[in-house]
Amino acid sequence: MSVTRHINILDYTLRSLLRRKFKNAGIIIVFAFVIFLSASILFLTYSFKHEASLIMQDSPELIIQKMMAGRHELIPVGVASSILNIPGVAGVEPRYWGYYYDSLTKANYTVISSETAVSGQNRLLEGVLPGGDRNTAAIGRGVARARFINLGDEISLQSSDGDIVDFRVVGVFEAGSDLLTSDVIVIGLRDFTKLFGMPEGLATDLSVHVRNANETPVIARKIQAYFPDTRPILRSEILRTYDAVFGWRSGLILTLFAGALVAFIILAWDKATGLSAEEKKEIGILKAIGWETSDILEIKFWEGIAISLSSFLLGILLAYLHVFFFGASFFSPALKGWSVIYPDFRIVPFINPYQIAILLSVTVIPYIASTIIPSWKAAITDPDEVVRG
Amino acid sequence: MSAVFFLFIALCIAAISGLWVYSAGEIVRFDSDRTDIKEIVTALKLTDMSFSHDARYTRHPSQADLFSAFQDSPSSIEHFPSGSVIPPPRFDSLGTSLTVGLK
Repeated sequence: MSVTRHINILDYTLRSLLRRKFKNAGIIIVFAFVIFLSASILFLTYSFKHEASLIMQDSPELIIQKMMAGRHELIPVGVASSILNIPGVAGVEPRYWGYYYDSLTKANYTVISSETAVSGQNRLLEGVLPGGDRNTAAIGRGVARARFINLGDEISLQSSDGDIVDFRVVGVFEAGSDLLTSDVIVIGLRDFTKLFGMPEGLATDLSVHVRNANETPVIARKIQAYFPDTRPILRSEILRTYDAVFGWRSGLILTLFAGALVAFIILAWDKATGLSAEEKKEIGILKAIGWETSDILEIKFWEGIAISLSSFLLGILLAYLHVFFFGASFFSPALKGWSVIYPDFRIVPFINPYQIAILLSVTVIPYIASTIIPSWKAAITDPDEVVRG
Repeated sequence: MSAVFFLFIALCIAAISGLWVYSAGEIVRFDSDRTDIKEIVTALKLTDMSFSHDARYTRHPSQADLFSAFQDSPSSIEHFPSGSVIPPPRFDSLGTSLTVGLK
């Protein structure tokens, strides 16, 4: 009996909403859009942050850069042997990498020298890394797309002395590693030094392996004491960088979230500041024909639920599709910026249920409250007064 | 009328549950790819994600130099839209502080 009564009230509420279908459809569209924007930002930033934190766990424990006049300088490889003498240091390897501006495509590539091989079973690399072979390269998908080349083709780069150097493409990174390798060209060390005219005995920076990860900050401080013109970068700082880029206080969140929040506040404010004359009249008539105040409040509760829950579910669904199926196409232009080559944003759908719960509690509950409170004020007023306005 | 509403809510919840299952599958796939990703990151000694390639400090946010936000000169303006969403990194490890004040 009691359930039937509630269902009848819900039926009445839905028919009442249908009578003002354009207004309510408008509210649902705006509300769903606000949820969609907020949820898209939460999905995107959480997934990026989580993916970066998992991937960057394997990045070098400690990087040593040399600074000169406040800018990054090439570091003498000889420094490595001094660092190796510090207790707790297991190994030091020079890293050779830099940027190459391709005037043909107006794109910047990241050129990395590596002579380490990866296993033939690696599913994220079609082909192989160049190893020590001369004039061979492995390239990212973005480079392959920009230059219209593929495995077995040649890529020409201009060396620092003006010569054109041809590299045979022996490896192409698969789309699965695009967020890491999209703009990367991997070549051997001799090709690297020839391409950039890098003087012998210098490297871009040094990668330090530490025996006990807990000692990394201490070793970093020691290195800085011995070599005051260096700047240590800890792995924890690399991880924190991505926390900051996609954190609550980042520009991405503030820029996009602030807009959505303001839109929602306007929507809720409009509801909370009062009922339309037609709605007041409806409440007055219902009271006059014998409806209780509690029934009126139940109507408004169902109205709030119908609009906010539908909007919330629609918004969440669309946000998921937008971020994880369409590569966050609304936001990706801001991240890609002026880049000529960019990765396909294939984001792993890491979802934080806590964030969805927060979104639900800061949107649906305030909306229901802002629907019920003005109706309660109208419902406790004398029906005659309400109908006459 | 209420049946239509409940059906709509049930459909939405079913779709969200389906996507939840899809997410779990994708995460399992990512976990199986992680060995390959780890191998590439270790071999190339990578330090940064490749989101944006228009400036050093957006391509390698963790490796950028101290005043990279003003990349060309200390007073030059911000060139890139992505520079507004990728801030310069924190430099806690440097332990440098600048005190400005009157004696």
